[in-house]
Amino acid sequence: MHIAEGFLPPLHAAAWTAISLPFVIFSARRVTRLMQDQPQTKLLLAASGAFAFVLSALKLPSVTGSCSHPTGTGLGAILFGPSVMALLGTIVLLFQALLLAHGGLTTLGANVFSMAIVGPWVAYAVFHGTLAINAPLAISVFLAAMLGDLATYAVTAGELALAFPDPVSGVGGAFIKFAAVYLPTQLPLAVIEGLLTVVTVNLLKQYSRNELDNLAFALGGAK
Amino acid sequence: MKRTNFMLLAIALLLAILPLLLPAPNGLKEPFAGADDQGMNAVTTSNPDYQPWFNPLWEPPSGEVEGLLFALQAALGAGLLGYYLGLRRGQSQTRQQDRVDAGD
Repeated sequence: MHIAEGFLPPLHAAAWTAISLPFVIFSARRVTRLMQDQPQTKLLLAASGAFAFVLSALKLPSVTGSCSHPTGTGLGAILFGPSVMALLGTIVLLFQALLLAHGGLTTLGANVFSMAIVGPWVAYAVFHGTLAINAPLAISVFLAAMLGDLATYAVTAGELALAFPDPVSGVGGAFIKFAAVYLPTQLPLAVIEGLLTVVTVNLLKQYSRNELDNLAFALGGAK
Repeated sequence: MKRTNFMLLAIALLLAILPLLLPAPNGLKEPFAGADDQGMNAVTTSNPDYQPWFNPLWEPPSGEVEGLLFALQAALGAGLLGYYLGLRRGQSQTRQQDRVDAGD
């Protein structure tokens, strides 16, 4: 989902930056407030960021014969709400843009929008949507992380399609072309991300009951 | 719970390893290339006139250094995550022990 440096025309780069910036600023304020109101969850927040750090560094082979990486943003979105992940995801993307030449500064806005904003929001919506229809917790967590991961890559395909529409079939045709590059490869990786997120939530349920009870993660003593 | 987690991890591992064991799909120019690069290639193929207008400020000087930095990213993440889970596991065991002691 990393759009490489300079690979979006200046106007698109500026527009995505303008769209993402308010989310990141809001996120920074939410994180600051969370630290003040619930300092006991600080370490769990750091651990959620660490989860995104490690998962987005793992380039995994896929059945399509190419490699891609998970995003790891679903866990934090489930635990702390999606707005917190905008900041954590931006930190991950900045690390990769500056030290790995992976992604870029001009495309940071677009990459933040897909990985740190839409992915977490989709994960959060799926998590609460499935819990509302009484899905078991593990299934909700799995679907949330998996679909958040896929949504991130679908948004990247959309961003590229808007910038580089197909001369014949337009934005729609270009979207299908870019989605065909990303999504088949991503599918098994999204499943892996879902499984790893479930394992992590299982461990948290076992060892971090107090913190979970303090969070919006409203499972209480259930299940 | 422990058994479930091990099973989930085993499935995840299998999903990651299986593509390497299966015969590679035919007609691949470069096996297991990065999807991110393929996306950018799709841009340049369909828009041969497009020139990236900005270059990374710094690039790892070699694949080795790049590998080092990716490993560093994974190690930092895994280290912190492991520290957190280990700490909480220890604390929850201490709490249980305290409860047992208090019950005596």
